[in-house]
Amino acid sequence: MKVLVPIKRVIDYNVKVRVKADNSNVDLANVKMAINPFCEIAVEEAVRLKEAGTATEVIAVSIGDKSCQEQLRTALALGADRAIQIDTDQNLDSLHVAKLLQKVVEEEQPQLVILGKQSIDSDNNQTGQMLAALTGMAQGTFASAVNVDGEKVNVTREVDGGLQTVALNLPAIVTTDLRLNEPRYASLPNIMKAKRKPLAVKPAADFGLDLTARTTLLKVTPPAERQAGIVVESIDELVEKLKNEAKVIS
Amino acid sequence: MSVLVFAEHDNNQLKADTLKTVAAAQAMGGEIHLLVAGHNCQAVADAASKVNGVAKVLVADNAAYEHQLAENVSLLVTELAADYDHIVATALTTGKNFMPRVAALLDVAQISDIIAVESSDTFVRPIYAGNAIATVQSLDSKKVITVRPTGFDAVATDGSAEVVALDKATDAGTSSHVNDELSVSERPDLGAASVVISGGRGMQNGDNFKLLDGIADKLGAAIGASRAAVDAGFVPNDMQVGQTGKIVAPDLYIAVGISGAIQHLAGMKDSKIIVAINKDAEAPIFQVADYGIVADLFDALPELESKL
Repeated sequence: MKVLVPIKRVIDYNVKVRVKADNSNVDLANVKMAINPFCEIAVEEAVRLKEAGTATEVIAVSIGDKSCQEQLRTALALGADRAIQIDTDQNLDSLHVAKLLQKVVEEEQPQLVILGKQSIDSDNNQTGQMLAALTGMAQGTFASAVNVDGEKVNVTREVDGGLQTVALNLPAIVTTDLRLNEPRYASLPNIMKAKRKPLAVKPAADFGLDLTARTTLLKVTPPAERQAGIVVESIDELVEKLKNEAKVIS
Repeated sequence: MSVLVFAEHDNNQLKADTLKTVAAAQAMGGEIHLLVAGHNCQAVADAASKVNGVAKVLVADNAAYEHQLAENVSLLVTELAADYDHIVATALTTGKNFMPRVAALLDVAQISDIIAVESSDTFVRPIYAGNAIATVQSLDSKKVITVRPTGFDAVATDGSAEVVALDKATDAGTSSHVNDELSVSERPDLGAASVVISGGRGMQNGDNFKLLDGIADKLGAAIGASRAAVDAGFVPNDMQVGQTGKIVAPDLYIAVGISGAIQHLAGMKDSKIIVAINKDAEAPIFQVADYGIVADLFDALPELESKL
């Protein structure tokens, strides 16, 4: 079966982002970018399905300008077979991303689409569920285990109270949580090999979709900073401060 | 103008966070209807009818909604959405799971995880793990919104709303529930506790988390963990506090053996008072802590327990 893995180029998770002085957005100039960590877990899961003989082909897709080809090459180096870049320099709402992915799903007919549960920039947690609704597929979100079993896939989900397992008809959508797997490092030979794997570029405008923005970003501000606290010397002093100064314990 | 609020529950109890989501809905304006979708969930409907500010409780009691599968619940909410301007759910795992489906079926954008309401179409939400705060205006005619409960104060529960039973059974037939493995704990919910004590990688193993028990007992605290502690297998996933785990804002948060990665801070930095116990004086957790103590947690924890 074919597995489609949509991925996103985002700020590296180790970088602390800063807000622009004019409060128009965050400042991404000269900031280190990387594949979204949850998307990397999605690629790893798809590659493992292929290594286990369950999947026959892994296709990575990303939506953005030419720079996201870097992350597609990363996915290819991790083991994806080919890649598609949907070319646009527009900042899209998740709904538009899901609509573009719906077109790719119609064309490629994957049995499984694996996405990250959220991107660490916009923190929306929407695209996988929206794609599932648009394609009429079932979804297993926040997955910590994925087991394909004939015509169904069992997905164990991380929920507020613990874990929940659901059975989904294929084709289906899975979104990854942190503990689904630990992504591998790409080896140097695989990074070299990835440069020769096919990467198709398709302009977003060719899909015939209305991509007019549905939201306006009015402003972006830094969060309220916490006042610097104090270092106490002993547990006695800590308990005294919590009782008499902060008054949070009695 | 009217608002449909999805009630979070487990068929027995209405989750307290729903009261905060109703508070957010009040700020959007209009009559508020609370939807209880579940199975054998009369107790929840009764509790929902007492929530202040709610004009009507809609109860969809059907086997198709027993486990609140996203495929089935989203069809129900989308059908009901025709009568509302705002469709609102709590940003917990159930709401996060089905609400984007509703938005896509209605062909509108979703505004996730709001922490404030500026007006009926403008909302405030954290982005980049809370390192930036965005003010976003929705241009859609219908607004689909999830609410971060820590951003709002719960409404009271001495109301008396009309309860209306819905005859609905939207079953997409594409998914089924297999089983739940839920953690059983006598302690308060992480999201609802006024005191939270969390352990990190510094705890070294799962057994050492028992060192937090005595303190949690004395303070009536919930016990949480950093991602590092969950990834290492010390404790289960439902204890994780952080950007992609639970978001908490208790009166007192005690971070033990947690270095303070930005992803962890995103889940707790709105706590009223933060205490950090760490043997590394350079750990970033001290930059957000009101009270820090540089000490070996294996000495500090027993002493703290004995002195509370």
